[in-house]
Amino acid sequence: MMTVLAAAILAASNALGAALYAAHCSSCHGADLKGTGNGPSLQHAGAAAVDFMLRTGRMPLEVPDTEPLPAPAQLTSSQIEAIVAFTVAHGAGGGPPIPSVRPSDALARGRVVFDGNCQACHGALGTGAVAGYGWLAPPLYGDDATQIAEAIRFGPGIMPHFDSRLISDDDLDALVAYVGTFRHPPDIGGYSVEASGPVGEGLLAWIIGVGTGSIVMVLVGETLRSSPLSSRAKSPPLSSRAQSPPLSSRAKSRDSDQA
Amino acid sequence: MIRWLVNALDDRLGSSTFLRHALRKAFPDHWSFMLGELAAYCFIFIVATGTYLAFFFHPSDVPVIYHGPIRSLDGRSMTEGYASVLQLSYGPAIGLVIRQAHHWCADVFVAAVVVHMGRIFFTGAFRRPRELNWVIGLTMLLLVMLDGFTGYSLPGDNLSGGGLRIANSIALSIPLIGSWLAYLLFGGTFPTHDVTSRLFPIHVLFLPVAIGALLGLHVAILWHQKHTQFPGKGKTERNVVGSPLFPHYALKSLALMLSTFGVLLLMGGLIEINPVWEYGPYDPWTLASPAQPDWYIGWLEGALRVAPRWALRFPGHTIGAPFWPAVFMPAVLFGLLYLWPVIEQFFTRDDAEHELLQFPWQNPARMAFGVGILTYMALLLGAGSDDVQARIWQIDVQEIAWGYRIAIVTLPFIAALFAWLICRELQRRHAEDKPNRVLLIRSQDGGFEEERVSTP
Repeated sequence: MMTVLAAAILAASNALGAALYAAHCSSCHGADLKGTGNGPSLQHAGAAAVDFMLRTGRMPLEVPDTEPLPAPAQLTSSQIEAIVAFTVAHGAGGGPPIPSVRPSDALARGRVVFDGNCQACHGALGTGAVAGYGWLAPPLYGDDATQIAEAIRFGPGIMPHFDSRLISDDDLDALVAYVGTFRHPPDIGGYSVEASGPVGEGLLAWIIGVGTGSIVMVLVGETLRSSPLSSRAKSPPLSSRAQSPPLSSRAKSRDSDQA
Repeated sequence: MIRWLVNALDDRLGSSTFLRHALRKAFPDHWSFMLGELAAYCFIFIVATGTYLAFFFHPSDVPVIYHGPIRSLDGRSMTEGYASVLQLSYGPAIGLVIRQAHHWCADVFVAAVVVHMGRIFFTGAFRRPRELNWVIGLTMLLLVMLDGFTGYSLPGDNLSGGGLRIANSIALSIPLIGSWLAYLLFGGTFPTHDVTSRLFPIHVLFLPVAIGALLGLHVAILWHQKHTQFPGKGKTERNVVGSPLFPHYALKSLALMLSTFGVLLLMGGLIEINPVWEYGPYDPWTLASPAQPDWYIGWLEGALRVAPRWALRFPGHTIGAPFWPAVFMPAVLFGLLYLWPVIEQFFTRDDAEHELLQFPWQNPARMAFGVGILTYMALLLGAGSDDVQARIWQIDVQEIAWGYRIAIVTLPFIAALFAWLICRELQRRHAEDKPNRVLLIRSQDGGFEEERVSTP
């Protein structure tokens, strides 16, 4: 009885997945998951890739051949599960499966892995940065632990994929835990200028440092000039200068010419 | 008691005559004359905060294992210097506030020097007899920039290491002496364990002492030559009109000093700068992105990013590509600035002594040159953070770099042309508004002579 029920649920889920795939994916990836002129093949793409693309809202893509950008998920969680199940059953299996991330407190281990492999593109503070060839590595604040792990395992876009020989499952857990800390940076020094580094710092140094300095200069100059204290002082001419001031010397030389 | 002390000192030093003159010394009222003081107060502040930091910083590249409050670095191998900066930043004392105020001060310091220099340049204050002070000031700018860079490089974080790697490549690219120079500075092939211990005395002793000595000379020459002043009613080539040093100018200056210190301490306490604990220790095989130097080195970074890769290979010797943007170009640029008083004298044939300043529009050629140079530097500075702009504007970084390349070879000339045209137009309007004055000169034998004097 149970197996019949399970089979019925599976069949229904499969039917749902097939319908959703046909509606949202097949026009570009092909009904047989082998790709079309508009989109790549999903054969051996792996459950991690399909799940990541759908859950981070990068897929379904409205306009083919544009860069998939992160957005709120367009499908519900159960719809995504159904599509993943359908694609795995029709050739997408074989690629990286959806990793199960365990909580880890090995932040130091995770940071070593991050510094060596990730920060060159995603930035030391997880802000995202230029990744080359016109690609931008996205910021790492928004995604769930599972999506971060999926991206590491299958490598979306030009990101390399890191399988368990490069980053072990334990290291993956530690890395994901460390990336999770970017959401709440310690900021022990105060306002972080949008984590923009020396660029924002330089801007603020000019605006606040030179700005307030100039305001003070103008203010004290004006205040003291108009105060009753103010008595103009004239310094006596320098002896060296008295010998050759431009106007009087010209007059003098003319005198001597006439004399 | 105080009177007795003052008299006793005066008897021995004979200072009252000097002081009587000094306290009545006239300071021009215009606010822009205080820009240099802002820089001087930054120097005092940076020396004071730097001394405090030196109590806690260990200038050492010896590897240590970190154990401390930063959990993500627990057990990590790092230099002793970096560990001491972390301890200083996370310690219970006000180390972090002072460290941040010190760094903010460096950024503000160079900005104040640049603005002060702009005032001197555009008003022609560098003209005879003040060429020497122009040269001293420019040298101080270079030393301050260098001191800033060595400070940026000291903590041993990832940004420091990346900057030093670039500095090493630049040193290596210098023809003939490059390899020797790089070995002298770094003590071996990069990365070495001698960098921090060599940078430290340069940063805290050699450069500050040199800057302090030049600053003393700068002010002494200024004191001796007296201030320039803007032309105006009652102001001539032979006097200085303004407020006396005491009490007026001393009060103004005190206000500026206290507000500068206050603002810098507030910035140090409220705004995060150079969070080295987030950049992590420098491992030579890693480099974070985005990575920028502090703003005053940003123009060099930009030059390196947009310059063509011209490496000249001769038999047995190569001139590396960084040489052209990072050594040759700055040498030409600062050479031009050093020589500007001479260049201007050559073209204007004006070698008279000038105590009165010019308004910027009175010399269109100088204005055009200055605006062109500033535009060029600003564009280079912008190019130095092209990757950050690519992230913010979501554009391909290569497109931005090409945009900067095109702008750098065109915009400075366009900006200079506009500056020149605007100055000419202003000159024309002033000539219309105020007809030339006529100066009547009476000679000794009673004859009169007219001379046309252009009014400013």
